[in-house]
Amino acid sequence: MAGVSLNSVIKRYGMVEAIHGIDLEVNDGEFLVLVGPSGCGKSTLLRMIAGLEEITDGTISIGGRIVNDVPAAQRDLSMVFQSYALYPHMDVHKNLAFGLTNLKMPKPEIKRRVEEAARILQIGDLMHRKPRQLSGGQKQRVAIGRAIVREPQLFLFDEPLSNLDAELRVQMRVELAGLYTRLGTTMIYVTHDQTEAMTMATRIAVLSEGNLEQLGTPYELYNFPQNRFVATFIGSPKMNMLDVHASGGGVDLEDFGRLDLNTAVPDGPLVVGIRPGQLILGEGGDVSTGGEISLVEYLGSEMFVHVRLASGRVMMVQAPGNSRHQIGDQVRLGIHRTEAHYFDANGLRVPLFDDRASN
Amino acid sequence: MADALPLQNPNATTAEIAQSLRDIRERKKRRANLLRHLFLIICSFVMVYPLLWLLASSLKPDAEIFGNLSLWPTNFDWANYSEGWNALVVSFTQFFWNSTLITVLAVIGNVISASFTAYAFARLEFAGKNFWFALMMMTLMIPYHIVLIPQYILFLKMGWVDTYLPLIVPRFLATDAFFIFLMVQFFRQLPRELDEAAMIDGCSPFKIYWAIILPLSVPAMATAAIFSFIGIWQDFLPPLVYLNDVKDYTVPLALRMFSSQDSVSLYGPMFAMSVLSIIPIFFFFVVFQRLIVQGIAMSGLK
Ligand SMILES: Nc1ncnc2c1ncn2[C@@H]1O[C@H](COP(=O)(O)OP(=O)(O)OP(=O)(O)O)[C@@H](O)[C@H]1O
Ligand SMILES: [Mg+2]
Repeated sequence: MAGVSLNSVIKRYGMVEAIHGIDLEVNDGEFLVLVGPSGCGKSTLLRMIAGLEEITDGTISIGGRIVNDVPAAQRDLSMVFQSYALYPHMDVHKNLAFGLTNLKMPKPEIKRRVEEAARILQIGDLMHRKPRQLSGGQKQRVAIGRAIVREPQLFLFDEPLSNLDAELRVQMRVELAGLYTRLGTTMIYVTHDQTEAMTMATRIAVLSEGNLEQLGTPYELYNFPQNRFVATFIGSPKMNMLDVHASGGGVDLEDFGRLDLNTAVPDGPLVVGIRPGQLILGEGGDVSTGGEISLVEYLGSEMFVHVRLASGRVMMVQAPGNSRHQIGDQVRLGIHRTEAHYFDANGLRVPLFDDRASN
Repeated sequence: MADALPLQNPNATTAEIAQSLRDIRERKKRRANLLRHLFLIICSFVMVYPLLWLLASSLKPDAEIFGNLSLWPTNFDWANYSEGWNALVVSFTQFFWNSTLITVLAVIGNVISASFTAYAFARLEFAGKNFWFALMMMTLMIPYHIVLIPQYILFLKMGWVDTYLPLIVPRFLATDAFFIFLMVQFFRQLPRELDEAAMIDGCSPFKIYWAIILPLSVPAMATAAIFSFIGIWQDFLPPLVYLNDVKDYTVPLALRMFSSQDSVSLYGPMFAMSVLSIIPIFFFFVVFQRLIVQGIAMSGLK
């Protein structure tokens, strides 16, 4: 096991800078998830850690050893690729043993490790099949098996579940989480699926356009997003964002009216963010307003209600699945000042009620 | 007759009508099929006619070859074969051996060197890669006759004329741009993640080539092997230029000796030996062509 630390890591492809100096400390035994929208540099970052991509500037160290110039094979890590990248001409057994044979490991040891991996992943029956004779889920297991037989100090995953159907993805997610608990090895996992990120991670690093936006536990990211980007990226459906102007310790909200914040807040533009789950549907809140339901998304256990306010703005509210709401209904919406998130003109969090938000 | 016309028969059941319609459609389809096959058979006959003529002529006595237009020999005369085999100063055993030696070595050389070079172009990074690739592609456009003389002078100075070296050694130096190009294209469509997985699994660039790329490229290798086998086996000009001693001759050169200008040409034996010279190509093609199909099925990349 080993921690990983990135020190102002920069990656340039020709003239374009894909990664703009990222500092990141991955603790020993941590399950770190890298999330971000497509093209933000998640794969690039992971591939630099793996040694598949050169680092333009900065340093990466694994287990305290700077690995900038260490070839991938000697970094003591395994990687699971999105396309699985199983060797098509080798059967499952060979696929698993290939890396170990290259290390000139003694035969009995290879046998022990391959059998162990086969047992953990329940692929014992598939040992003599070629990858093309496997289903997507089975290929995925073999790919993970190939990673664990090496017993590395670091696992890297690049969107390993994105080629699976929804049901299998949930199942593999649980299995991966189980594998992590069992092995306790440091894992770095790339995904753009925030459910995967939230459920599996011990900490999440949110990337955007080659910058690290925030690093924190799923709880911290959801409850204390440090900027607008993280606030809208984490949480589904998206947080409602209201552009307002602060003056005299309060803000003037369109539709809702004046909301006194009761704390010192500098005058100037401000963004109030409120998650659909934290809006109050019905009477209540520190400020409230009326609106008409324009759309209802029913999911069974819950529903998302789109409410059109007088100004024409549409806000999304979460409601229990057993509530009765229909398009065209007139409803009231309320906001508690302590449930909202506040961001300044630069999009950075203004920590107004952070000490109270956890209740 | 009655069952052929259930359509007009008012008492026919729907099942009978359906059956008769199906019969009519079936008959039409069969007729179309027949026509198509007839057309194809005629076309193939036109194409194989020269070969058949060659085969037939090899079984006829000299007098009958140009006298009798029938493809079928009046009586099968195998004498041309036994006669032809030993008709020249040196027996064809020697010529076939020479050709086999040169061709086998040259094909091996071609496949190994072209795949090596192609791997470098497809996967490795080195200075001026695109420039070298363009340069290599340009050699495709130079006719052999232009390089012939400078090359001859080069090999003469090296003392290689009158040996097989000029025919074999260049093949080990990736001189055939066409095969390199063919393989580069093939290697490029292999997913790079395989290389990367292998890299993490501890493979050197050579090991990646050897253990991953090569086994997945059987179809490309087989294609290159077939083409270079045919090309080299039939090669005429280079052996003609570099080989002076009759006992070093390859089969095509030997065949040429049958039709000399100053003596009577031995057509029957020449045709007989021509037929024999085609056989290795035929077998090589059959064997390696199967590898192409197998290779594509085996790798199962898609
Ligand atoms: N080989 C390359 N040459 C040039 N630009 C590249 C190269 N590889 C990646 N990039 C650029 O770097 C940026 C980050 O790419 P990367 O593949 O890391 O994104 P990602 O976050 O993994 O996206 P996705 O979720 O779609 O996989 C992108 O803008 C991409 O265009
Ligand atoms: Mg990616």
